[in-house]
Amino acid sequence: MDPSPEAYEATHVHSVYNAIAPHFSSTRHKPWPFISSFLTSLPPGSIGLDVGCGNGKYLPVNPLLHILASDRSEALVRLARTEQKKLTGPASPPQVVVADALSLPYRERSVDFVICVAVIHHLSTRERRQEGIRALLDCVHGGGRVLVYAWALEQGSSRRGWDEGSEQDALVPWVMRSKGKPEATFQRYYHLYRKGELEEDVEAAGGKVLESGYEKDNWWVICSNSQA
Amino acid sequence: MKVLSLNFLTCAVKACKSSSSSYPLHPRDAELVQDEIEVNPDMLVNVLPRLDWAALRTTSSELGFPPLPEQPPTQEELRADDKLVRDLHHLLLETQISEGKLVCANCGHEYAVKEGIANFLLPSHLV
Repeated sequence: MDPSPEAYEATHVHSVYNAIAPHFSSTRHKPWPFISSFLTSLPPGSIGLDVGCGNGKYLPVNPLLHILASDRSEALVRLARTEQKKLTGPASPPQVVVADALSLPYRERSVDFVICVAVIHHLSTRERRQEGIRALLDCVHGGGRVLVYAWALEQGSSRRGWDEGSEQDALVPWVMRSKGKPEATFQRYYHLYRKGELEEDVEAAGGKVLESGYEKDNWWVICSNSQA
Repeated sequence: MKVLSLNFLTCAVKACKSSSSSYPLHPRDAELVQDEIEVNPDMLVNVLPRLDWAALRTTSSELGFPPLPEQPPTQEELRADDKLVRDLHHLLLETQISEGKLVCANCGHEYAVKEGIANFLLPSHLV
């Protein structure tokens, strides 16, 4: 019998990130330019979420925002808090909680914006990916905007070699090298989004696509709650 | 976790979202840390419309702060009221819950806060 999507993600997403957290974090320091420009375009005092914040690299991008960050990996959340606190000082540590993207602990329609970078593609069924986007849309008020990034199938120029026509559900190895230890390989699950699919998922989740595009092997969408 | 964050957090259990008693979460055995940070009135004024004032009043009294006005100020009123700006700044941004629990009054679930980080992962029977 196949495992449930929840059990599959626990093995191929959650436990992998907890195991690779420090190594993963050490490779993720540079914010992507498009996401930084989205964050710097928001009015001062805007309040928003970073769902799946990883090591928190987007939290210091615009110090005039209040960002409430979350991640499913407690190891990454602790790293985000320690790392970013070095920049912000102890009086204003980053606001981070441990939470699952499908059971978010936020008041409905309360925030101005949400960013969700490289998270939705770790959900292993289309239904769960749409539920994930719905959960993000539920958090923003009528005028609020949600930015979603997910890995693209069309990565013709990357070393990974996927492209149009490749299998969309993939296990991607993470090879962890640490001093004095044998190399360890972890398999992370990804759904590789084909052109147009992220927009379809946003609409199925009840959202309205405001802008969309492609950057560095990823599809992105800025959307709002269409029921606003 | 700052008191500002607490104003946006509710129970992670789906069945609780529709119940008014699931929000705000109630701090229990909370250890508070207070640090001085520079006041930025513009930021507070901008955040004001996003606050749930009734919930903030509840949280403030549960944490032992002096009572807040019954009605929220307008943005203009807040801008003109230095004392209220300082009080809100102190409550929302300078006060952090470092240890303790956050309790949902609807389902009774307790979320632990350790080293300032709350954990909202649910046991499988509550997902």
